[in-house]
Parts: sequence; structure tokens; C-alpha cells
Amino acid sequence: MNSSTRMVLSAALFIAALFVPQVPALQPYLTQIAFLWVMILFALTWDVLGGQMGYNSFGNILYFGLGMYATAVIQRDLYFTVEEYANVAGGEQAALTTAEYLFGLGLGMGTGALLAVIVAALLGSGILGLRGHYFAICTLGLGIAAGELASGWDYIGAGSGLVTPLLPDALGERGPFFYYVFLILAVIAFLVLRRLYAGQFGLAINAIRDDEDKAEALGLHTTRYKTVAWCVSAFFLALTGGAFGNLVIFIDPTDVAFAGPTFGVWMVLMAILGGKGTLWGPVIGATVFHVTQELFWTYLFGWQRVALGLLIVVVVVFFPLGIVGWMRERWPKRFGEVVDAEARKAQISLEGES
Amino acid sequence: MFARLKPCLVPVTVAVLATSLSGAAHAKVDGDTIVLGAALSFTGKYKTNGKHTKNGYDLAVKRVNEMGGVKVGGKSYKLKVVYYDDESTPARGAQLVERLIKQDGVKFMLGPYSSGLTKAMAPVTEKYKIPMVEGNGASRSLFNKGYKYLFAVLSTSEQYLAEAVNLAAEQAKAAGTSPSAIKVALAVENDPFSQDIRAGVLDDAKRHGMNVVIDDKLPKELNDMTVTLTKIKALKPDLLIVSGHSKGAATAVRQMSEQKVDVPMFAITHCEAADVVGKYGGAADYTLCATQWAETMTYKDGYFGAAPEYAKLFEQTYGYVPPYQAAESTASVLVWVDALQRANSFDTDKLRDALSATEMETFYGNIKFDETGKNIAKPMVLRQIQGGQYKVVAPTKWASDKLIHPRPKWSER
Amino acid sequence: MGNLEILVEAPIFSVQLLLDGLLVGAIFALAAYGMALLWGVMNIINIAQGDFVILGGYVTLTLYNAGIPALAGVPVAAIVLFGVGWVIYRVVIFRVVDRDLFISILATFGISILLQQLMDQIFGADIQSAESGLGTLFLFDNQVTLGKVKLVAFGTVLVVGAALAIFLKKSRMGQAIRATSQNARAARIMGINTDRVYAMTFALNAAVCGAAGALVVMTWVIQPFIGLAYTIRSFMIVVVAGLGNIAGVVAAGLGLGAAEQFAAFLLGAEFQIGFVFALLVVILLLRNAVLKRKRQVLK
Repeated sequence: MNSSTRMVLSAALFIAALFVPQVPALQPYLTQIAFLWVMILFALTWDVLGGQMGYNSFGNILYFGLGMYATAVIQRDLYFTVEEYANVAGGEQAALTTAEYLFGLGLGMGTGALLAVIVAALLGSGILGLRGHYFAICTLGLGIAAGELASGWDYIGAGSGLVTPLLPDALGERGPFFYYVFLILAVIAFLVLRRLYAGQFGLAINAIRDDEDKAEALGLHTTRYKTVAWCVSAFFLALTGGAFGNLVIFIDPTDVAFAGPTFGVWMVLMAILGGKGTLWGPVIGATVFHVTQELFWTYLFGWQRVALGLLIVVVVVFFPLGIVGWMRERWPKRFGEVVDAEARKAQISLEGES
Repeated sequence: MFARLKPCLVPVTVAVLATSLSGAAHAKVDGDTIVLGAALSFTGKYKTNGKHTKNGYDLAVKRVNEMGGVKVGGKSYKLKVVYYDDESTPARGAQLVERLIKQDGVKFMLGPYSSGLTKAMAPVTEKYKIPMVEGNGASRSLFNKGYKYLFAVLSTSEQYLAEAVNLAAEQAKAAGTSPSAIKVALAVENDPFSQDIRAGVLDDAKRHGMNVVIDDKLPKELNDMTVTLTKIKALKPDLLIVSGHSKGAATAVRQMSEQKVDVPMFAITHCEAADVVGKYGGAADYTLCATQWAETMTYKDGYFGAAPEYAKLFEQTYGYVPPYQAAESTASVLVWVDALQRANSFDTDKLRDALSATEMETFYGNIKFDETGKNIAKPMVLRQIQGGQYKVVAPTKWASDKLIHPRPKWSER
Repeated sequence: MGNLEILVEAPIFSVQLLLDGLLVGAIFALAAYGMALLWGVMNIINIAQGDFVILGGYVTLTLYNAGIPALAGVPVAAIVLFGVGWVIYRVVIFRVVDRDLFISILATFGISILLQQLMDQIFGADIQSAESGLGTLFLFDNQVTLGKVKLVAFGTVLVVGAALAIFLKKSRMGQAIRATSQNARAARIMGINTDRVYAMTFALNAAVCGAAGALVVMTWVIQPFIGLAYTIRSFMIVVVAGLGNIAGVVAAGLGLGAAEQFAAFLLGAEFQIGFVFALLVVILLLRNAVLKRKRQVLK
């Protein structure tokens, strides 16, 4: 299949996705379908480190929560004082005009993303020096520590949480609005990552995954690449978090923002389920996972979380290659990595740049 | 590569989602059934209280249906509740309100459990102008937003332990000292509900000029309070207030007795839900417990009779003594029944007006909403555990027994 | 800082914090000892470690509710958890022993979630506790109070730790375990059934956690979702102490317990758990920096 057919099909897919909110039968579920794009963003951003670079992080949720809080705090502080907002948040007196809301949301998400990149750069130089077990557990601690610290900080609402400004009526209902926000974010993230993986950056982080010491010995600035990879991941996660807080309305420090035991673990599972280290794997994994989870939730009333735990064990133990990995093994001709075309292109660009 | 899969991906997802998620579409009134809707915590950390809430709703629905249902426009309707599981997290709750409203066509909402979940749902029901009657979101920050469609049958959280502060002040005056000499210690969990209680206590303490010497927040996962108790031993406060759902109650009572910490007055919430008497026996004595409702009170209504009869029926049906969380939930349904009959219509705006004009007596207490939607006709009561029994000691109107103050020292028990 | 003044003016409360911390730390050390064993022998980090502890607590609680003294829970929980560990090894763990490190972390993470949810379904989400009925010890003119159960817990930790050390040193199985940890391939060649050794190790670790859990439920309160904090503490202790170093594990465990108490006292209880996790990050970074320096020296 040549690249132009692929382009056409991708475009068709994107257009189909654009029209989902117009289908009347789906409208009651739009918020739930919007979550699908969030899940895809989770899996895509996790895979930058976990799949492509071999650094399995349990702490990426840190950037999600960071972006969420930064956005909400900026939205609040632009138009209110802290005490004032505590009294009116969530009600009509706190209603913003469309322009105010969009400006606050945009500025908040932007600042959150910037902040996340800075934090990732600062933390990255230290934490990305850890390997294997140590890195995984350290990031696990990082995510949970962030949640606990947020729970104790009064300025951001501490354990009482923070209510975000409400979507102005002029922007319609929150379901379709955030559906499009997350759709656009997911598409941008996908395209950016595809571009990155196809070039020198992709080769470099793959080299780190395959053998970091050799990569370093060959003169690759591994720390620099690792940190940049984490920053990319943090950037998109913070943007996602910023919008997510506004969708959920109520930010709880440990259940919504720094939700390590749920979102933090799911992002790992989704990437593995789909096939880590591939471009489409996280997308497929997130989709399958989200649908499965909703099915569990609907049909295994009360036992859905038990089933989810079981699913994790089964996937990890029996299906570590993931869906895409399995298809590659099964039908290498059709789904295998196209070493020639992509790799050669990347090599060419590498030579061109150096 | 995956180009072949792509085009079918989204439509398939969408189709699966749609078929899997849609039950039969309900209308607000389905034939002769009135459909109420609620997102409750069937799993996760609020599971136990979610169950109390559901049992409370179900018992009311059962009783109302047995007694002929709800009469609207000369016709008799049965009640039914559509439930979803919010998994105790606002992230799930946010997905459910719209589903209840749009897919299930729910026009009459019942509240979720906990202030946090209510905070996530109330702005949405407000936007769709769907009235919600709730019995488990006590945070006062829900009632200063100008919400017009939110009604709460319970007393808001700042009132939970205000009575304890007043009692301490009264006792100080009776002993001839000034209330401003009283030292207050607070150890409250780091969640919206408990933090609101803290705010209420701080306000009251300030009004009396009391001195707050300890103000600890307890983490949600904490299972050990020894550090806070050590501080209490060092600073010797006159009044200790602990709030942290059932967890805080059990941990505090247990470790107070183990570490033999002496405090003249000790007040907590959730004694009944944590069953501190059953678990710790004599160690729980002299503890002050805030409660929304006590089964010894004498309110009554046409559905359940008086409070003791409700308690009996509940215990027969579900096999345990109803905690106040269940009673509040039952009362929420009764408020809906009353409003539907008075409005004599299914129009949500008329119902809203009917709800705001509610003035009724139930087994749970009097219910009358102020303009913010909170119930102002029912007091919180403070009970003291005396010899393993809960005795109402404040406010004076309901007091059945005298407060024992100060708590006897551990060495004298 | 007001809290610091209390400690300066009334040092007796430092004694209280220190004693509480050391006694708490002993229980951490017990779970950490199991983790070190597992890590050393099988190269697996068990995220479900804390959930084994809590499960041990629930076993004890079940006995207690049936009218059996809670102290009897220590051996019973150990035995039950031994069985649970064996089954989990036979069903899941043996498939991930020789695989990528991350697979085992994630698999045990899955087990952790599964156990939490099952405990939630079976025992409920509310906190519960078992009373040892041992009373309180008064020291220093009643200024310092200690639940006697904490002392019993401390003693139990020492006994279990010593028994385990002797088992590893003297018994046939113990020797096989140690041989496998040194070189699994060589051990196999020498005729050791390493699969059995792994099963035994995993089950032993679960049993140690079970005993720790029995002590936890007698000393504090438990609920299904607090396991992870115990896992992290165990990991931290092992990282600081290193593998195969009993004395180090005990020392690190006691140190962590004390550090936590003082941190919570000085910073406020809301930061106690956050402190543990933040400390983990700092320790790992420090360790890495030290290792880096060592590598540079070697160059």
C-alpha cells in the first residue's frame, strides 16, 4: 500500500471522527467518547518513553496533573481572587464570557504545558539517569508524591479540590466541545510523534532502548535525547490535563489529577495491549481498552475493577507483544516494519543534518 | 502498515460503544412509572456509604409504591430509580450526568454520595435545569453558588460539630472560666467534606475567641494518628475534634485509648457508620458524636411513621441498623414524592418551585429549604456515648441525658 | 516552626516519636526483608508486596471476628499467605521470572490491583482492626505511652527474621535458595530444581508479608487500598540497605519509621505519606549520583 492511499484513508478516518458528535444516537455518550481521545493521548505519550525508548514510567501522570492544576489556577487567578473564587466557583456568579473563558483556558493550557516541559527537563536530567527497576519505581513514587503534596497545598485547594470555571453557554455543551478539543490534541500528538519517530530522533531513542551503553559509546548524547523525549511526552500530557480538568469540573488531587492507580497504570496497559514501540499500537490499545472498560462497567456491575486487574495480568503475562506486535509476527509481510523505506529516509535525513 | 485497519476503526468503536452502552431508552415518565436517576458509588472508597444510600433510596421507593405510589394529575404512578456506578471518582461522575439526563431521560435526579461527587454533578444538572434532591453532599460550598435546582435534606457540614464548640464554651462558662481560654485541636481528613467541617469549627472557635493549637490534615490513606496524638499530649488541648469519615472515627477512638491520651472533650463524626461502640466497647465511652438523625427522635410521617419504626423496617429489610446516611437518602425520595404531588405536574420548572416551597415533616426531621436549597428546619444533634449507648446531649431541645464533662481520665476508668 | 519548639522544650516527646517510629519501622523491615529475598533470588520486584501485607491483616481479622485471639493470626496469616503465594507463583509468576524486568513489575501491579479489588469485594472498603487486648505501657512518668502490642510486634519481627535467616543458612531448601540467588544456571546444573526454589521463595515472601500484616491489623487499622505505601517503603528500605543484608534491612527499616514520625510531626500529618514517596525519589537520585561518582573514579 503506498503512502498516498494511506493518506486518503487517514483523512477519511479523521473526517469520520469529526462527524461523530453530529450522530444523534451518540450524543448522550459524547463525554464518554471524548474520554477515548484522552485515553489515546495517554497511551501515545506513554509510549514515547515506554515503548520507543525502553524507559517504563509509572509517573507520567505527574504532567497530566500539573497541566490540570496550572490551567485551573490560571483560569481562576485571571479573573478572581482565591477567596472570592472559593465562594463562587461552580455557580453563576463565576460565569465567564466566551472570550474570557477561551483566553483563560488557552493561556492556562499553554502555561501548564510550558511548566510541564520545564519540570520534565529538570527532573529528567536526574531521574532518567536511573535504569530498569529503579526508574520504574522512582517514577511511581514521583506520581504519588505529587498527588500527596497537592493534597496538602491550600493555594490550589488542598484536599478540598478545585472547581474549574464552567463552559459558557455560547460554546454549546461540554460533550461536543471537549470531544473536539481532545480529538484535535490527539491528532496533533499523533502527527508530531509520527514525524519525530521517522527522523533522527526516533532512531536515537530506539538506539537507547536497544542498548543504551553502546549508543552512548557511539557518541550519542543519550541524556539529551532522553530528556527531550520526556519533555515531548510531558507537553502533550499537560495540555490534555488542562482540558480534562475543565471537562470533569471538579479536580480532586488524587482521584482526578494525580490519579496514579487508575490513569497512571492504564496508560501503561493500553500501550502494551496495543503493542508498545509502534505508532498505531497505543491508538489501537487505547481504543480496545476503553471499549472493554466500558463493557466491564456496564455488564459486570460492581466487579468491573476486579475484571480490570485480571485483564492487566492476562495481557502482561500472555500477550506482552500487544495487538500490533502480534500481527507483525503473524503477518510480517503485511504489518511488519518497512525497514527499507522509513529507515532509509531517516538515515538520509540524519546524514543530511550532520 | 495499518492503513487497512484505519477506516473501520472509529465506526466500529462507535458502534460497539453505542450498542454496549444503550439500555432501553427510558423517558422521564414511562407509562405509569416515574423514573428517578442517581449516580452512586457501588465500587471504590465510598462503596459502603454508597450502599447505605442505595438502600435508603430503595426502601423509600418500595414503601411509596406499596402505599399506592405517587398521584399526579389524578393518576397513580409507581417510582423507579436508574442507577449508575460512579466508582467513587469525579472523573466517572462527570460522564454520567449527561447520560442520565440525555439517554435515560431522567428529569428527577437524586444525589450521589459525598460532597466531591455532588460538586462535580451539580453544575451540570443546573445547566440542564434538572432538579436534584440530595442527602449526602453536605459541603457548604455547594450552597453559596446560587444553584436553583439543588436541594439538600441534610444539615450542611459546618453545622456538624459547631454544637461541640458551643458545648465547650458553655462548660467553660459554667466552670467560671472564659471560653477564650479554651484550646482547640483539630485533626481532619484531607477531603472536601471534612475540610468543610474544619472551616465551620474554625469559624465557631474564632467567634468564641478560642485558641486553635493543632490543625492537622490527615492524609486519605493514613492508618496511624500517633503523631497527632503525641502533639495532643504535648499541647493539652481542651477540645479535640476529629473528622475523617468512618476511617477517622475508628482510628481516633482506637489510638486515643491505646496511647491513653486524655482530653476533656472529644468530638467526632461517623461514630455509627464506623460502629465504634461495637468495635471498641468501653474505649469509645464519653465520645461526642455528631449525627444528622437519631432513631430515638420523635418526628414522623405517613409513610414510615416515626423514626424508630423506620429503623425497625430498615433493619428487617437489610439486616442492619440504618446509619443516618440511609435515613437522609430515604428522606430525599420522600421530598420528591411530596413535590410531585403538590406540583401535580412533571414540568421541571413547576417541580423546582414546588421543591423550594417544601415544608414537611418526615421521620427524618422537618424539611424546609432556604433560598440556597439547604434544609434549615432540622438541627444536627450531638450524642455522647455513655455506657455503650448513644445519648443525645445537645442541643438542649432534644437532649435526653446530661453531658458528662470532662471525660474521665484513662487512669480513672 | 511551632512544632519544632515543642520538641526542643519538651524533649520527652522526641522519645515518644522515636520509640513509635522504631517500632513501626520494625514492621516495615519485615516486609522489606521478604522483598529483598525475592529480588535477590528471582530478580523480581513485587508491587503486590503491600497487598500481601494487607491480606495477611484480613486473614487475622477473620480469625479475630470468629473469636480467636488476634495474636494467633501471626502464624495463621503466614501459613495462609504461604499458600496464596504458592498459587500465585504457579499461576502467574513462573511465566514472568526469566522475562523482561518490566513485565514482572507490571504483572505484579496487576496482581496488586486484583487483590485490592477482591479484598474490597470480600471484606468491604471500610477500615477495620483487631484488638490484641494487651494494654498500654507507661514510661517516663506517663509521658510516653506505648501500646504493648507494638512491643510484641517488634519481638515477633525479630523472631521471624531470625528464623528466616537460620532457615536460609541451615536447611537444605535454604541452601538451595541461596545457591539459586548466586547463580541460577549453575544451581540447575548442580541438580537444584530452581522452579521449586522459586516457588518456595515466592511463597516464603508472601508468608513473611502475611505475618507483617497480622501485626499491622493489631497495631493500626487496615483497609483494602493502603497496600502500595507498604510496597514503596519496602522498596526504599531494600534500595538503601542493599540485597542480602539483614542487618542493613533492619537498620534502614527502623530509620525510615523514625524519619516518618518526625517528618509528620514537624511538617504536619498531611505530608506523612507524601514524605515517604518524595524521600524515595531523593534516595534513588542520591544513590545514582554516588554510583556515578564511583564509576568516574574507576575510569
